[in-house]
Amino acid sequence: MLPIVVENIHKSFGDVKALQNISFTVEEGELFGLIGPDGAGKSTLFRILATLLLADKGTASVNGSDVVKDYRTIRSQVGYMPGRFSLYQDLTIEENLNFFATIFNTTVEENYDLIKEIYEQIEPFKKRPAGKLSGGMKQKLALCCALVHKPKVLFLDEPTTGVDPVSRKEFWEMLQRLKEKGIPILVSTPYMDEAILCDRVALMQKGEIMMINTPAAIVADFGKPIWAARADNMYHLIRDIRAFEGTDSCYAFGEYLHVTLHQPVEELKDHLKAHKGLIITPAKAGIEDAFMQLMQEQNEAV
Amino acid sequence: MKNYAIVTKELTKRFGDFIATNAITFEVEQGEIFGFLGANGAGKTTAMRMLCGLLKPSSGEAKVAGFDVYTQTEKVKQSIGYMSQKFSLYEDLTVKENIRFYGGIYGLSNQQIKDKTHALLQQLNMEKEAGHLVSSLPLGWKQKLSFSIAVIHDPSIVFLDEPTGGVDPITRRQFWDLIYEAADRGVTIFVTTHYMDEAEYCNRISIMVDGKIKALDTPKKLKEQFNADSMNDVFLQLARAKS
Amino acid sequence: MRQFLVFVRKEFYHIFRDKRTLLILFGMPVILIVLFGFAITNEIHHVKIGVLDNARDVYSQQMIHKITSSGYFEVDQNLRTADEIESTFRKGDIKLVIVIPDHFGDKFYHEKKAPVQLLADASDPNTATTVINYATAIIGQYQQEMTGKITLPLTINTEVRMVYNPSLKGVFLFVPGVMTLILMLVSAMMTSITITREKELGTMEILLVSPLRPILIIAGKVVPYIALSFIIACIILVMGFFIFGMPIKGNLLLLLAECGLFGLTALSLGILISSITSSQQTAMMISMMGLLLPTILLSGFVFPIESMPRPLQIFSNIIPAKWFIIILKDVMLKGSGLRQIWLPTVILGGMTLFFLVLSVRNFKTRLS
Repeated sequence: MLPIVVENIHKSFGDVKALQNISFTVEEGELFGLIGPDGAGKSTLFRILATLLLADKGTASVNGSDVVKDYRTIRSQVGYMPGRFSLYQDLTIEENLNFFATIFNTTVEENYDLIKEIYEQIEPFKKRPAGKLSGGMKQKLALCCALVHKPKVLFLDEPTTGVDPVSRKEFWEMLQRLKEKGIPILVSTPYMDEAILCDRVALMQKGEIMMINTPAAIVADFGKPIWAARADNMYHLIRDIRAFEGTDSCYAFGEYLHVTLHQPVEELKDHLKAHKGLIITPAKAGIEDAFMQLMQEQNEAV
Repeated sequence: MKNYAIVTKELTKRFGDFIATNAITFEVEQGEIFGFLGANGAGKTTAMRMLCGLLKPSSGEAKVAGFDVYTQTEKVKQSIGYMSQKFSLYEDLTVKENIRFYGGIYGLSNQQIKDKTHALLQQLNMEKEAGHLVSSLPLGWKQKLSFSIAVIHDPSIVFLDEPTGGVDPITRRQFWDLIYEAADRGVTIFVTTHYMDEAEYCNRISIMVDGKIKALDTPKKLKEQFNADSMNDVFLQLARAKS
Repeated sequence: MRQFLVFVRKEFYHIFRDKRTLLILFGMPVILIVLFGFAITNEIHHVKIGVLDNARDVYSQQMIHKITSSGYFEVDQNLRTADEIESTFRKGDIKLVIVIPDHFGDKFYHEKKAPVQLLADASDPNTATTVINYATAIIGQYQQEMTGKITLPLTINTEVRMVYNPSLKGVFLFVPGVMTLILMLVSAMMTSITITREKELGTMEILLVSPLRPILIIAGKVVPYIALSFIIACIILVMGFFIFGMPIKGNLLLLLAECGLFGLTALSLGILISSITSSQQTAMMISMMGLLLPTILLSGFVFPIESMPRPLQIFSNIIPAKWFIIILKDVMLKGSGLRQIWLPTVILGGMTLFFLVLSVRNFKTRLS
């Protein structure tokens, strides 16, 4: 029995097609990522799986229970962390945790081993109202609250959005450890660099899944060679590379530009010879390169 | 002598016992893209608010566009543009109405607003959407539009507070194209971001930890200094070091 | 059961940690009572009047003295001709002009008819009516005294006695009114706001995705606020009793039970409102427009239902506050027992049940 099965899910809000033909499965003990920007439909998908919304078309099941018929079973089995911080700001860490433990018919002590590691990091502040915590601590508390009833599946909707890189890194390390405990996790993020931390990812854009695969396979499948370019004046470099007729795409990537070409790279170098400090070297594609290429294809298909 | 857009000296802000920004000193050159990084709660927002003239510093000095942030806040506000992820356009006004409104706020004449609107729509390739409500635009377009509106009065400095959160990778880069283009015109850019790859686009970066500036240099030199291969590493090393 | 208790405890945390709201909750009834009790009153004191005395005889002087000595009126101007009446009213100080005909005493004793004219400034109709009523009453009294001196053949005498509220005190009307208003405000508005706040914060999402049943969420919201409104009702009763001497003639337990019933009615309305809105702001607007205004205007609290146009009179029957005010007045002033007030009680109970069922059915187990 697979933890999550989604088949041909469609959902519209008025004229807006929030989700179109979404299908995927999450395997036992898998950390599955939904990668895409705001408006890709990630939160809608979570809400359908958390039995909060009804899909227009298609079926989905969580732990073998149908999201429409058996919604009560699912509600007692999943841990759900919504996109925005959804705890009581005027309640302390301790009170929030106890509250959520009780409404899930359990106690903090009963499943303490599961949250211990995370809770210990915020325990010194347990008397502080949740509204006065930093972004990273709020996320940790929210994760504790979602885990307190030992859920069979974990839904985390953009847990790292708006959180600084340090807290983000810590958060992903916690997810890795939870995964080792055998809890299947469905997580969404707009940060492409977090994709490589998942076992498998679905790249989403405008309500559609553009690709599902392991991060390594997605990168390996990137068909074209990528050239990394830099020069002293980056802005002029971008302009000149885009103006070059042999350029397919040119985007800034950190300190370099990533360029794909349909003409030999020597011609590009020749075109740019006026630039000072010009460096052009082969580079490896990342998830973000793949995402942008797929986006471009999707945009052209429209 | 160099032309500085922002100069601060021992700039400090206390809230009660809590020191949000602790004696920060730095300069930003005119036309520079200056990345202002730091973990949540490191004091970035407070520092930025002081520089925008929204918050009175507790002590220290700061000059923005040559104006003192204590005494000349009105002049400071006239010479800066501000955009944040939260700063939104009026969703129930059309694109054109938003441009008109903000143009009006900054005291542009009707003719100037007309010319600006035309130029801006053309630059953003949004002529067709001029009469659409902002709420109907995709997020990325809104971000680009609000940036263009933030610079509608040709400020010499623009403050960008996490301008690209949640935006798709292509739009994010298109947004940076706008930033580069503005910097090329000589506009100083002061930007905060959580995307470390974006930090690399900046000419110089400062990293704040617990109210203090812990590092300030070009991305290249910072990576050499910390023996790291990406800005992400540099950031993690600095922020981790505190605990 | 434990889930429920924890939920209720959480609600109390919210209530007690939001100091500002708490202050409003308990401050408002006190302020309203004081305001209605001392400032906004429809009783009159020292109203300035003008007198055009065409008779200038003993009897007219006596009557004027009688009027001014009551304490309700004081003569501000003595007019000489009828032409001056208009201009005195224009100045605005004078609310009433008494015109006494010439040969007042003669006419009274010999013609048995002495028409005294009362002219009131009706730009404020409420004051005008009250002023006229008071003046008429005093003049009537004077007439009786005079007729009493010489024995006349029996004339029909109207004797008015105000029962249940002999001194015609406004307090007796506004205490039930304020109580109704506050209970409505606390119960309906506060519940609808707290539920929509959970929707806005996103906590409702988590509550829905928990095994907690919707009925339990509703009950958990109801209990703290019913307790709160009960305390507030008691504060108002105590203030009314000790400060304004409002009698509680009926059974106190019955009175409290009825307060509880009305609190529940208001709560069910609040839940109903929250089930059709998702923002605190709209919830507030709906409770203001849809509940508070009718409670103030159509319940008989401010305007007597009897003097409303027929359609409004019929419409007022669906305002729960109307029935509660009837119950309150009957129990407090008349000392009625359940036997006398069973009808409004049943109506109120029926309404509560209806709203409760409707809101529980409307309460969604999903987001849309």
